[in-house]
Amino acid sequence: MDDLTTIPDHGLSWLEASGDHAEIVLSTRVRVARNLQGHAFGPRARVNDREAVLGRFRGFVSGSKQLCKGALLEMAGIDARERRILLERRLVTRDLLGDAEGGPPGGTAVMLAPNDPLSVLVNEEDHLRLQSLLSGLRLQEAWSVVDRMDEEMGQELPYAYHHEFGFLTSCPTNVGTGLRASVFMHLPGLVLTKEIGKVLQGLGQVGLTFRGLYGEGSEVVGNFFQVSNQTTLGKTEEDLVDHLDRIVRQVIQYETHARRVLLRDARAVTEDKVWRAYGLLRYAQSLPFEELMNLLSGVRLGVSLKLLPGLRVYTLNKIMIFTQPAHLEQAAGRDLPPAESDAHRAAYVRRVLAAEGDVLPGSSGEGDVSDIA
Amino acid sequence: MVCDNCGSDGAVVHLTQIVNNQMSTFHLCERCAAEKGLETTPEPINIPLTGFLAQMGEEESTRGESADLRCSFCGLTFDDFRETGRLGCPHCYATFEGHLRGLLRRIHGGTQHMGKVYLPPNPSATEMEKRLDTLRRKLQRAVEAEDFERAAQIRDQIRTLEPAG
Repeated sequence: MDDLTTIPDHGLSWLEASGDHAEIVLSTRVRVARNLQGHAFGPRARVNDREAVLGRFRGFVSGSKQLCKGALLEMAGIDARERRILLERRLVTRDLLGDAEGGPPGGTAVMLAPNDPLSVLVNEEDHLRLQSLLSGLRLQEAWSVVDRMDEEMGQELPYAYHHEFGFLTSCPTNVGTGLRASVFMHLPGLVLTKEIGKVLQGLGQVGLTFRGLYGEGSEVVGNFFQVSNQTTLGKTEEDLVDHLDRIVRQVIQYETHARRVLLRDARAVTEDKVWRAYGLLRYAQSLPFEELMNLLSGVRLGVSLKLLPGLRVYTLNKIMIFTQPAHLEQAAGRDLPPAESDAHRAAYVRRVLAAEGDVLPGSSGEGDVSDIA
Repeated sequence: MVCDNCGSDGAVVHLTQIVNNQMSTFHLCERCAAEKGLETTPEPINIPLTGFLAQMGEEESTRGESADLRCSFCGLTFDDFRETGRLGCPHCYATFEGHLRGLLRRIHGGTQHMGKVYLPPNPSATEMEKRLDTLRRKLQRAVEAEDFERAAQIRDQIRTLEPAG
């Protein structure tokens, strides 16, 4: 049985902060939803439907040059903490975990490709969801990775397709292309200057929507927003991706402008906020996750304004992932009640920041307005 | 964290404002924040799918025919769909086609798929032509992006589909 150690890059390559605009855009994700002919969709599928879908997918994987070397993890075959780790790395969705008592529904699985940052969720709401997750703003590349695998898969597996409605999905909001592209952004400048409401409203008017860290229904924490396309039918995949790319670049411009305003008009308070956030992270003994996210937001802003010399965006990305409850439990080797979890979280953050070396105020040229990318 | 307003232990709203170039931060409990009429982060602008569905239900109930509709493959009824917002299987799209068209128009602004064309086994000439259009569009895009390896793959796909001669 495969386990987490067989995952090629552990699903974490996006942390490297290597893509375009990595200080504002953490990651780019593109997914397409596909269903197979002859089987009920996820919510209505019986165990034998799901087993059959997984069987057909397994057959495809064994014949695929690319995927056969990857890791196919059946959700029921891995332990509960590892499932939560996959969720915290955003490689699976809550649906795949099932409920606390029953565990994951039979036949649910996730396939992690060996080379590309590509994964396939099996028996989620739709039979197959292909997704890629990349660092920074790289929409076209993310789409191209998914598209290629979709082409290969579509030749082997009989997709449910309608001449007018396109690729058929369980939810009518996904039908057509089945494509959802989303960009995970950090927008503290717009929040602090109170421009964010206007921007978010504007997104709605151009056919986009936004969500919190963990997708649909999740709250916005730490000024992190996921911006994605709202409609999936009536436009080509390329148009949907290009449109999102264009708007996201505009939002980046607004955010950059807002950060300039902060430095120009409220420099002292901005600096104070950033350094306080850093100080708390560096020395706190107990950190609830939500507080951590808010402090990380301040520090991240400080790094991009060059107020915190020497600190890397990569370090902040890493802290975001490894301080989540299941990751802390994995490191501790046991379950952690909330209070203990908060102490472990603070200890992890102190350790990582200490390893980055001293970050001290007062080095030359910091926070130059012209430095903001 | 203590609420700055009432002193209770449960500040969940952390508001940072800039007024006259002065930044200040308040920590408030949910009740005090609500009393002050503070706007927290706006709600996501979700598609009001349930609203659409309810509306659709009303339109249909005046005709009184939707209740009898049931997908012959998976057994989903129109009421089930209205309740969950999820279709049961690919056949549901044919069963509820008439009702879905209006819904899709409201959600997406249209009903005609413009994205890539999937080629079923034994495709018709039209399907084949549509598929070729998709591939030609992709080829052009790959060339524009200077992804020549991908362009070569797509060109090969086009060649296998194009009628000989």
